[in-house]
Amino acid sequence: MTAVTQFRAAAPLARFRFSASLASVAGTSFKPEHFRAILDQGGHEVFFEVHAENYMGFGGPPHRMLTQIRANYPVSLHGVCMSIGGPEPLNPTHIERFRSLVRRYEPALVSEHLAWSTHGGIYFNDLLPLPYTEATLARVAQHIDQVQNAIGRPILLENPSSYLTFIESTMSEMAFLSALARRSGCGLLLDINNLFVSATNQGYSPTAYLAEFPLDAVGEIHLAGHAEQTDDEGDLLLIDSHDRKVADPVWTLFESVVASCGPIPTLVEWDSNLPEWPVLSAEAAAARAILDRHASIEPRHAHAGC
Amino acid sequence: MPAAEATSVAAQRLPIYAANLARGLLDPDHPIPAGIVGPNGKRPVKRYNVYRNNVTASLVDALAAIFPATRRITGVEFFRAMARFYVRSTPPRSSLLFEYGRDFPDFIARYEYAQAMPYLPDTARIERAWLDAYHAADVPTLAPQALGAISPDLLANVMFVPHPATRIVRSRFAAVRIFAANRQDGPFDRIEASVPEDALVTRRDLEVTVRRLPPGGAAFLTQLLAGRPLGDAAASAFNGAPGFDLAANITGMIEAGVFSALHVGDHA
Amino acid sequence: MSVTTKISAAVLVSAVTAAITSAAFAAPLTQAEVAAATAAHKEKCYGVALKGQNDCAAGPGTTCQGTSTVDFQGNSWKFVQGGTCTSIVVPGGKHGSLTPLP
Repeated sequence: MTAVTQFRAAAPLARFRFSASLASVAGTSFKPEHFRAILDQGGHEVFFEVHAENYMGFGGPPHRMLTQIRANYPVSLHGVCMSIGGPEPLNPTHIERFRSLVRRYEPALVSEHLAWSTHGGIYFNDLLPLPYTEATLARVAQHIDQVQNAIGRPILLENPSSYLTFIESTMSEMAFLSALARRSGCGLLLDINNLFVSATNQGYSPTAYLAEFPLDAVGEIHLAGHAEQTDDEGDLLLIDSHDRKVADPVWTLFESVVASCGPIPTLVEWDSNLPEWPVLSAEAAAARAILDRHASIEPRHAHAGC
Repeated sequence: MPAAEATSVAAQRLPIYAANLARGLLDPDHPIPAGIVGPNGKRPVKRYNVYRNNVTASLVDALAAIFPATRRITGVEFFRAMARFYVRSTPPRSSLLFEYGRDFPDFIARYEYAQAMPYLPDTARIERAWLDAYHAADVPTLAPQALGAISPDLLANVMFVPHPATRIVRSRFAAVRIFAANRQDGPFDRIEASVPEDALVTRRDLEVTVRRLPPGGAAFLTQLLAGRPLGDAAASAFNGAPGFDLAANITGMIEAGVFSALHVGDHA
Repeated sequence: MSVTTKISAAVLVSAVTAAITSAAFAAPLTQAEVAAATAAHKEKCYGVALKGQNDCAAGPGTTCQGTSTVDFQGNSWKFVQGGTCTSIVVPGGKHGSLTPLP
């Protein structure tokens, strides 16, 4: 019947991966501007991701729309403001709001970011970076634990876009993410655009970066567009802007991941300069075509890194 | 002093990276924080500025989304400059952006360059009330039969429970007309701003509606929303506006969905 | 109690009766009937100024991405025409206009 039912019924193929039916589905960000067009279009194989905080109001149109979306499609709940990567204790009120959303909408996927956004009582509305040290690893692992205990299920943690590094960092982002996944039992949300942006901005090869990424813990993939600016030396500095189509090198990296790991639920994010629904829908279709090309790969027979 | 000692120990234990990075995010003149670099010794200025820009621009964008009529009235560039000042002086305390900007109208009232638009703060207040109504809890509105079922001798003692979406914005200016004309893109006839208007914002089911209240209407509803009994609220409205039409106001408030329930008070 | 005028029970009863019957509220109403009643009365009393806009008016969204529009510096700005304030007449008979920085 529906993708939702299949997802629930099937046994997970890997720790954080879900049924083949969800794995081969590509989704998009859900934006209220597209609500009518999505419902009119009807039952295509897609799933939708929402930013949890936009549904933390009491009621009104946001919840009504999400309820209708949820009735027809699998939903991914993507937290943006938990500030998991910050040094301060997590906000218990925010955890409770997050928990009640998970309970209410029973999302297929739940994720947050390796970043912080609140400090000293101020909410900065950006995903801010942290140094990668034993001390921050312990703190972040404890935060993830706290969230997972509250919601009663593992979350996927997303790799950030980075623009600078901390002198005090003692480990690489990949080593940090691997250790976090091991220690907290969380899965990872591999944002391939973030990976590409970070690698470019930090002067690494994206493929080398990807080769070190703990792919076996990946439960979801993000794709998005980025903008180009320059750094102080006049070299390319990429901005994770989510305001345009996915760039070609990001598609190429995506295909290489899927070719070695098999299909993984994949989502195209688009948050600014929103296009008409058909444009975003076509991006998801392009992702699905790549997933379909590698649909025969069983994760257990896949590359050892998966 | 033991207290100060305890504080400094706690401060030492909390890693400083966030405080260090946060300090300059809302202040473009603040020095670039120590301890951050680009790869291979590259300078961190433009790199740190990416975060500064993300913070400021995204919060200005959030205000633009909450206050679209205000922005249309001032023009985009004026709005963004004004919002930038506000973001720096009053960054969000809540991580729920739809709660941001509650004191933006007060800021506009003080903002030097907005003084030629004295109607602007009230217009912004209606916009802020609109978003509060949009996110308010889903509660049924009062059915008219509920009032019809009250025995005549108890009507004066009836008290109403406000619907969570209901807001009233009173203005010395034509804030309702100005709001309505600027929440859409089309042209509008010249508006005489000096006509006082009171706005009623409600939400029946999913639809947020903004209404212009008749004379005495705001006084009447304000009393009822504060929990005063119907008899007192009506008397107060008559005192303030001799032309007050009680029947029309009761009809209006029920149709608008101002209240969710009623109960009869104890004393006459 | 600050209210001096008392409203008689008769006045209240007649107002409530008029209110309820005028909107034909005797029987439970469907949403459509309520809407029709609302529409019929909108010019009479509680004038509807603006409704709707709910389908896509989401208000602000949370951010999980950077912005490519550089807009964080500068405490000064240039005066640019384009606002509708020029169509709004303020007390004193002048049009609202934006004052450029010197």
